[in-house]
Amino acid sequence: MDFITILQLLDSSIRLATPLLLACLAGLFSERAGIFDIGLEGKMLAAAFFSAAIAFTSGSVWVGLLTGVAASVALSGLHGLASITFRGNQLISGVAINFLAAGMTVVIAQTWFSQGGRTPALTGDARFEEIVLPGAASRIRDIAQQSPLGQIYSELISGHSILVYISLLIVPLSWWVLYRTRFGLRLRAVGENPAAVDTAGISVVGLRYAAVIICGVLCGLAGAYLATGLSAGFVKDMSAGRGFIALAALIFAKWRPWHALGACFLFGFLDAAGNRFQNIELLTFLSLTFLLLAAVSAIMLVIRAIMLARGKDTARGLLTPGIALVVSVGLALGLDALDPEAGGIATYLNTFVLPVQFMQALPYILVVVILAGLVGKAIPPRAGGEPYVKER
Amino acid sequence: MTMMKSLLGAAAVIAMSAAGALADGPAVIFDLGGKFDRSFNESAFNGAERWAEETGGTYREIELQNDAQREQAMRRLAEAGSNPIVMAGFSQASALEVVAPDYPDTTFVIIDGVVDAPNVQSIIFSEHEGSYLVGMMAGLASETGTVSFVGGMDIPLISRFACGYAQGAVAANPDITVIANMTGTTPAAWNDPVRGGELTRGQIGQGSDVVFAAAGGTGLGVLQTAADEGILSIGVDANQNYLHPGSVLTSMMKRVDVAVYNSFSADTIEPGIVVLGLAEDGVGYAMDEFNAELVTEDMIAAVDAAREQIIAGEIAVHNFTEDGSCPVDMQ
Repeated sequence: MDFITILQLLDSSIRLATPLLLACLAGLFSERAGIFDIGLEGKMLAAAFFSAAIAFTSGSVWVGLLTGVAASVALSGLHGLASITFRGNQLISGVAINFLAAGMTVVIAQTWFSQGGRTPALTGDARFEEIVLPGAASRIRDIAQQSPLGQIYSELISGHSILVYISLLIVPLSWWVLYRTRFGLRLRAVGENPAAVDTAGISVVGLRYAAVIICGVLCGLAGAYLATGLSAGFVKDMSAGRGFIALAALIFAKWRPWHALGACFLFGFLDAAGNRFQNIELLTFLSLTFLLLAAVSAIMLVIRAIMLARGKDTARGLLTPGIALVVSVGLALGLDALDPEAGGIATYLNTFVLPVQFMQALPYILVVVILAGLVGKAIPPRAGGEPYVKER
Repeated sequence: MTMMKSLLGAAAVIAMSAAGALADGPAVIFDLGGKFDRSFNESAFNGAERWAEETGGTYREIELQNDAQREQAMRRLAEAGSNPIVMAGFSQASALEVVAPDYPDTTFVIIDGVVDAPNVQSIIFSEHEGSYLVGMMAGLASETGTVSFVGGMDIPLISRFACGYAQGAVAANPDITVIANMTGTTPAAWNDPVRGGELTRGQIGQGSDVVFAAAGGTGLGVLQTAADEGILSIGVDANQNYLHPGSVLTSMMKRVDVAVYNSFSADTIEPGIVVLGLAEDGVGYAMDEFNAELVTEDMIAAVDAAREQIIAGEIAVHNFTEDGSCPVDMQ
């Protein structure tokens, strides 16, 4: 496995993680305010369709984006109406939105474009082009000619749609809003103990509607990215379960924005690896796994170091991620350096080939593992799923 | 007036449904990709439309939404009196095996699948021969010495495309590397342009500069990415050259439209297996104004020579589905 392959894998992970991340943050706002939302999938789908359809008819992707967000917000409003104002069951309302979007998009697409429930292919200004930063190469074949640093710059940092950069900015923004503003404090409180918020004279209904609307906007961005950034047009059921993966990532992240970034990137990475390595040899698979472990422990190390610098942690906290980093980097490089032709353990490992089905199932296996509770206890917001009744 | 209108409308509806129940015309069942997939099903639809235009007749059609509907759709059409009933897609075979014996007076035609029954005609295309030709073209057009293939669902039929393509590419350039990827293992793999695009990027990263998509709706994502990244692509089933002029090198034409048209217009349909290959013009490559600048005279000469040799039996293109293996290595 060479350097450029790893870069391409990471690049693909970023692209595939972006819709998950936006949907995951959307769910974060809604669920933190006590409104469970399984309708992420449906809202993404509706936004994907309307952004593609209006981008095609108007010729401007920005107009399309706005319409997509508006459609998603409208569905959010519906969810809010059912679950906040009329105190209905939030899960049922979410399921209804998923069904509504799956059927409605295809029917409207067929009526408008008569192409069997898809929109025509988008070209030019009707699509989010990749942003090429100054000095970066844009085509994969040119990038392969550059120096390693140039490759990182051109492949990883440059060459994404603007929505990718926006979604990465929304992560710190969400953290700041939730943990550093009065609005965020109230939003979190309304998901834990709405009665206390009400006693303080703040509108529970207003806060919950605000959260649901934010959720709609973020889902709208996710859907628009799918249809106008990742691909060029809408096709039936194009969200393909991403809304549900985002929910799993949200539980994995235990309803925290930075952790959501990590969880979504992991799902994106597994998806990308499944695409890139079909029928992978066990040897390559193992070195890839250790590489992933190395990346995770490096991130942990940086986080611990920051906490140490702030005096919130002792130096011993650096020990575990440090050892993990050294061991996994050593194993990854060692396995990669083994020659499968030379005999011994490398040849043995190389005879096992993991089938493509296994690689493509990886994200779903991870979902099952997460939901089985193997990643520690995930405690949802306490008032989640409960409609707020002022007086009993 | 409004009363009159609605009465007339109601009468018209009743008349139409009565006519529907007695209909004796042909019918077609499209597979899951939908009849506007710009590919396999759309080709079948075009054949049916051509028949309707030329004869002025009407036909019934059903677009399947999920696997569970197959048997029900066949029975409904057969009970309504449609004859013959043409079904596009290999996935219809198992349902047809159950349904066909129950309606001995109805003739069924299945495209891409084989069902052994006295009232079923099975139409098979020699995709490996057509793929061989576009593979040769890819091998001649490639500058990097690496070409690639994106398949839809991982089934023997699609491996037949891949294997023919690889043989053609090697025939044009013995040192060539052929990369082959499949989109998935469920029918959803026919409709996932995002994954198709990602697979294509991965293949370009491995050096490919010509990509052949045999993946239904997923192929649209493959052709789009190829156009974005400035490499050549090859379309499938229908002529897809117009989708991205200047980027689509050619299309592997599979004349599903001809098969549907012939079944609709035939007086009697003989049961058994009908193979449509290069000799019958059942498969071939597409040339038009959109790819004229991409294909050189030499390429056409080489490919046409190979076509003649295959028809004459001088070149034997290995068929993957015969023994489940391919003589050419693919990555």
